[in-house]
Amino acid sequence: MGLNQYLILSAFLFCCGVYGVLARRNAVLVLLSVELMLNAVNINLVAFSAFTKQIAGQVFALFVITIAAAEVGVGLAIVLLIYRNLHSPDLDRVDQLKG
Amino acid sequence: MLRNAWIIPLLPALGFVVVLLFGKRLPRKGAEVAVASVGASFVLACIVLVQWVQRVEDAPAHGALRGFGRALLPTQEGGVAAVDRSFTWWENGRVNFGVGIHVDGLAVMMLFMVTLVSLLVHVYSTKYMEGDRRFTHYFALLNLFTASMLLLVVSDNTIQLLVGWELVGLCSFVLIGHWWEEKPNADAAVKAFLTTRTGDVGLMIGIIILFFAAGTFDIAAINGEVLGGDISHTLLVVAASGLLIGIIGKSGQFPLHTWLPDAMAGPTPVSALIHAATMVVAGVYLGARLYPVFFSGFSIGDGGLNAMAIIGGVTIFVGAVLAFVQRDIKKVLAYSTISQLGYMVMALGIGAWVAAIFHLFTHAFFKALLFLGAGSVSHSGSHHSFDMRDDMGGLRKYMPITFVTFVIGSLALAGIFPLAGFWSKDEILVTAGRTGFDFFLYVGLIGAFLTAAYMTRCVYLTFFGEYRGHGEPHESPPAITVPLVVLAGFSVLAGFTNAGALGIEKFKDWFEAGVALPPLQHADFEVVKAVVSVSFAAIGIGIAAFFWFQREELNPLRGLTRRNPYAGAGYRLLQNKFYLDDLYEKVIVGGIKGPVARGTYWFDQHVIDGAVNGVARVTARLARVAYDVVDQKVVDGAVNGIAETAGETGGLLRYVQSGRVQRYALTLFAAVAALSLALWIVY
Amino acid sequence: MTGQNIAFWILAIAMGTGAIGVVRSRNIVHAALFLIVVLVGAAAQYIVLLAEFVGIVQFFIYIGAIAVLFLFGIMLTRAPMTPADFDNDQRWPAAIVSLFLFGTLVALLVDAFGGDKIQLSDSLLESSRTGPVADSIFRQFVVPFEVVSMLLLAALVGAVVIARRD
Repeated sequence: MGLNQYLILSAFLFCCGVYGVLARRNAVLVLLSVELMLNAVNINLVAFSAFTKQIAGQVFALFVITIAAAEVGVGLAIVLLIYRNLHSPDLDRVDQLKG
Repeated sequence: MLRNAWIIPLLPALGFVVVLLFGKRLPRKGAEVAVASVGASFVLACIVLVQWVQRVEDAPAHGALRGFGRALLPTQEGGVAAVDRSFTWWENGRVNFGVGIHVDGLAVMMLFMVTLVSLLVHVYSTKYMEGDRRFTHYFALLNLFTASMLLLVVSDNTIQLLVGWELVGLCSFVLIGHWWEEKPNADAAVKAFLTTRTGDVGLMIGIIILFFAAGTFDIAAINGEVLGGDISHTLLVVAASGLLIGIIGKSGQFPLHTWLPDAMAGPTPVSALIHAATMVVAGVYLGARLYPVFFSGFSIGDGGLNAMAIIGGVTIFVGAVLAFVQRDIKKVLAYSTISQLGYMVMALGIGAWVAAIFHLFTHAFFKALLFLGAGSVSHSGSHHSFDMRDDMGGLRKYMPITFVTFVIGSLALAGIFPLAGFWSKDEILVTAGRTGFDFFLYVGLIGAFLTAAYMTRCVYLTFFGEYRGHGEPHESPPAITVPLVVLAGFSVLAGFTNAGALGIEKFKDWFEAGVALPPLQHADFEVVKAVVSVSFAAIGIGIAAFFWFQREELNPLRGLTRRNPYAGAGYRLLQNKFYLDDLYEKVIVGGIKGPVARGTYWFDQHVIDGAVNGVARVTARLARVAYDVVDQKVVDGAVNGIAETAGETGGLLRYVQSGRVQRYALTLFAAVAALSLALWIVY
Repeated sequence: MTGQNIAFWILAIAMGTGAIGVVRSRNIVHAALFLIVVLVGAAAQYIVLLAEFVGIVQFFIYIGAIAVLFLFGIMLTRAPMTPADFDNDQRWPAAIVSLFLFGTLVALLVDAFGGDKIQLSDSLLESSRTGPVADSIFRQFVVPFEVVSMLLLAALVGAVVIARRD
């Protein structure tokens, strides 16, 4: 199997995630896109781990998963807070730091 | 002690400080300290004298100095070396300011004389100034004066001499104006100071020229260079003239003599010390100290007329003539002093160096005696007045000691054998006749005649006739009469130190030694001239006695000045002191005060101030322009412009910050994409 | 074409579709479900790559916990269950940027790893078992492990603090 296959797949997922982060209005959808990006990274790591026959890649993938979990927890908590204050999950409304 | 002669001026200086600081608290109000310090100085001066005499006597080739012998330079074989001691106070490239002493015969003589007279005056003053409003300050200043005079006398360089010179002038000013609350006294003090100051201009010019000519301020070095012929004659003439102007001012020569009579406004002991014996002779001392300069500058050795002798001669005559018309006894003595100073300067001018300083020496004693005698008269006889015509007369009955001593002094002054004045005046006349200065011989003789005459008048008006005063005359207390007696003794005996007729030349030997002098001719005693001079004096006494001692009605000259218009005019001329004072005050001073000052003021106001104000106005206008155009528009415009630009830019940039996170993220990722592409292409 | 390859391609297509679905779906729940598809696909890919432990962990954590968490979040924020337009006004710039990024990455990757092949072998399998992985975590990577534990704790506490009602 070619290494590139995995890598291009990973790139594709990553770019979809980027599009989602930039273009989606709902905060939860943005978080979903972030997860997508993280998964893409994981695939990258594991592919490289298999390619270089080193286990460090997998260990890192595990760490990433852990951190992703933590991040989702905190992120959703923030989203809940935003929703409570603004009564809408629309990210466009979060512009208090407007200059 | 010779090497430590600097202590002699130092003691009175310390006395000055002590009396000034603590005098009022002392039991005798500082007088005791003052007398003690001068007394100690006198003792030391005597020691110096003894040691110096010893030095001279011990020097080899002593006999060659007699008679026509040339004066040997201190450095020559057989000469007596002076004692020099100095240290450098400040050095600056070529210029070396030193402080030091130079002890030679002349200095030793002056030290002795100054300290002796000063001591006697101090003692006299303890009684005379009793109860005075500024008793302590008076003694402090007497001490300071003594210290300054001694400093002047022993100094080894012209700058130090100048310091002493100015200090004695200052003390004279303060002491003349001792009772300054009365305006005439203050005016007299100012007049004295300013007149001598005028002379000091010449003195300073002379000193500076000598410095540039000889390269040093050291007197011995200057004299050495002059005697060695290293200095151009023109420079010497100018320098000597400058110094002569200083002498004219300080020693009351014509035409700057006008301050001396007015200086009699000060206390009588002051007049005795400063204006008879010491300060006024500072000029003569200067002439004696720097004699090579004068000798070469005025070509005294060639005979004939020279400025110094002429001025001296004129002064003799002017002083003597003016002494005739004075009512104030002190003024008579003041003009007499002027006249005798003229003798000394004339003596220097005709090459009679020893005669000049010998006359200085003897004159100090009998003139001080006369002044103190006048003070005694005023203290106890005329109820503090000095007016002979109104307040004195017939005092010989009441004040015998004063009378006798005063007469002795007068006879000495007139030059009667065998008193001191005879020997010294005679020496001057003899030298005049001998060295080709015949004209001045006649001047001296006429002066002697006049001197005898006016002193006789003075003595008569004071001590003979009926008492015209208002007080109760009595003899003065011992503190006053003892100095009189001492001085009378010196007036009698001092002459014998250089009695040419008796072959005694001790004075010359001792005090000419160690002094740098050009080749001088020493004249021997001539009986003929001596007899002539004494007879002139005797004739003077006789004529004066005839005119004044007579009873009023029998006097054929009585009322002459009223009857005869020429005599009256002459009398008025004399009374107005040859209108010199008027010339000085009204013409010179008034001319400067009036037109010159006003013109200068106009110039200052209109031209100078106009220029200054004009510049200021232009500057103010330029400043306004600078402010309006440059500061307001350009600078502020730039500053404001920058601020506005910043603001506008900020306003524009504000829109970037939308507050929307996704907008930021978009920008971020776009940048990442672009950068990664760029980096990939580059690498 | 080996079996792994085929497996890869099937999974890849599924994941790709899922990804596009996540970002283009007009229904939020659908988007979440599409994400689950992607997650499952990823887990499967791990197993294809003989990273068994990671794959299992992916299942448990991601799908079991995180996806569920998402559904909770959707519910709690009253997200519209009906189809709605969820794209904001910068979709076109976003599309351009992501496409551009994708293009760059692909070019870069092709250029860099053009001919590299992954060799799957038994030794790889052996070393990818749970044991060696655990070994590696607790030996070489024990410090990051501890740090991540701290981080989890912080996140836990933080989430509670942020979201509580007071």
